[in-house]
Amino acid sequence: MAAPRSFTWTRRVFLTLLTGFVLLPVYVMVSSSLKPLEDVSSQFHWLPSNLTIRPYIDIWSTVPLAKYFLNSLIVAGAATVCSVVIAVFAAYAVSRYEFRGKRVFSVTVLSTQMFPGILFLLPLFLIYVNIGNATGIALFGSRGGLILTYLTFSLPFSIWMLIGYFDSVPRDLDEAALVDGCGPLRALFKVVVPAAIPGIVAVAVYAFMTAWGEVLFASVMTNDATRTLAVGLQGYSTQNDVYWNQIMAASLVVSVPVVAGFLLLQRYLVAGLTAGAVK
Amino acid sequence: MTTTTASAQPGERTVGKSSPGTARGPRRRPGRIRRIGLPYLLLLPALLLELLVHLVPMVIGIVMSFKELTQFYIRDWTTAPWTGLDNFTMSVDFDAPVGEALLHSFLVTCAFTILSVGLCWLIGTAAAICMQDAFRGRGLLRAIFLVPYALPVYAAVITWAFMFQHDNGLVNHVLHDQLGLTDKPSFWLIGDNSFVALLVVSVWKGWPFAFLIVMAGLQNIPKELYEAAALDGAGVWQQIRRITLPSLRPVNQVLVLVLFLWTFNDFNTPFVLFGKAAPEAADLISIHIYQSSFVTWNFGAGSAMSVLLLLFLLLVTGVYLFVTSRTARAPRNPQERKTADV
Repeated sequence: MAAPRSFTWTRRVFLTLLTGFVLLPVYVMVSSSLKPLEDVSSQFHWLPSNLTIRPYIDIWSTVPLAKYFLNSLIVAGAATVCSVVIAVFAAYAVSRYEFRGKRVFSVTVLSTQMFPGILFLLPLFLIYVNIGNATGIALFGSRGGLILTYLTFSLPFSIWMLIGYFDSVPRDLDEAALVDGCGPLRALFKVVVPAAIPGIVAVAVYAFMTAWGEVLFASVMTNDATRTLAVGLQGYSTQNDVYWNQIMAASLVVSVPVVAGFLLLQRYLVAGLTAGAVK
Repeated sequence: MTTTTASAQPGERTVGKSSPGTARGPRRRPGRIRRIGLPYLLLLPALLLELLVHLVPMVIGIVMSFKELTQFYIRDWTTAPWTGLDNFTMSVDFDAPVGEALLHSFLVTCAFTILSVGLCWLIGTAAAICMQDAFRGRGLLRAIFLVPYALPVYAAVITWAFMFQHDNGLVNHVLHDQLGLTDKPSFWLIGDNSFVALLVVSVWKGWPFAFLIVMAGLQNIPKELYEAAALDGAGVWQQIRRITLPSLRPVNQVLVLVLFLWTFNDFNTPFVLFGKAAPEAADLISIHIYQSSFVTWNFGAGSAMSVLLLLFLLLVTGVYLFVTSRTARAPRNPQERKTADV
């Protein structure tokens, strides 16, 4: 199909402008992270006149960035693993079985997507404190509480997407496994899960990004020891100074792992969305 | 929309399976019936967690909205006195300061959401259509376009906050110093401009999701449709209008709803951009409620506002689903529509 000139040119101009819009903050992040403090505090310049890698060294001592990094990694990693495992089980049940209450379950789980986070922030805070007082299990201020909270954020979307994905795996495959004497769980892990790997990876990417980027609960439910990056980055602005160059360097450092991971796995995400969400 | 997707398909399948022509039917496997408890067992973890973290807190939140829950009672919220509907009447008394501020914040959020969702959809769809045909560098471009989606919110928004700085930001440098469009450098993070700043950041961050979903939706449109249309002499623009956009309708119905809910409830973007108190022109509802609860320490009023917000979202979603499911009954299959058109 030979596209007419008008279309090719519109496309070219539009995509160029859009690329500029998308990359502008990335450029600012990179270039400002290589400037000394005097330069980022005065007028903006497109090209850094004094290049320095000093900010990348200082970020680790201005705030305990490594600790925040580790906390974020533990919280997001654990939330992802738990969320994916739980979503796989739930989606398998909905995709492969007829049972009473199936519709109620789907509606309930999916409608939690529309709740404003602010609605359950305070009640959840009270519940965690009460559980802590009653049982001694420290949820408030601990990584555990944050993991528990985050994994439920990605759960509804993950279940929804995996149901669509599991539906696209031919039933004959796992029914054959059942006939061969596999239990339903073996059929799930031997047949359905391997066939649905792109969907599962997509869900895992989504869950990890949700947890890595959350700000509201992280700022209320963490303390000095469990602070995550979302809150920790605020430490670079003090009353006297805002260390913009260090903020940009730290932003870049905390972004690189997720962006790299995401871009590596984006094929799976697109495939997962095609099969799962878009139907 | 989402719920019908989830439940309609298994239903359809059951009908297909139990028809006499199909060899494998659930009835032929008695072991199935004995394992009747299994689906519940598989659902149990998800159910328990959603209960603990979403539903129970929500119920408590609703209870709290009927109480006078100020800082004096926060140690043991159950002892706070009941106030009936006081928190609600205060929230919707639009002549008094509290209600007036809430109404203002609500209207700002509505305007913001409509603009942001509209722009995200428009840019995302346009980009996805532009990238439908293969060209050199398409893979790289797609990766670039997904960067805003992949960047952690706080890192991305903090960079925008830096760009919008009055003295040392890029935006003022370009608009004032380089292009000379403004008399003096503007303030972007306070005052009326803050609405624009918030919108730009929100669209920058949100459109790749629309792009991703539309791109996935485009893959489901059969190539033959375009080929047939090209044979009939339809140009690219006509093909987009007659085939691409109509075929995307079911995808768009889900996409717009999801974007609406996310944007309306967004807390992270304004919180990182403006801090705990947003400027009046960009006072989104979730920040407003946070401010009412945690800064002025009136959790009862904050809960009442949250409940009102939830009721509004339920209403909008309900109406939306009703309207879209009714229009969906019209011929949806692009093939049918095409033959009708030609």
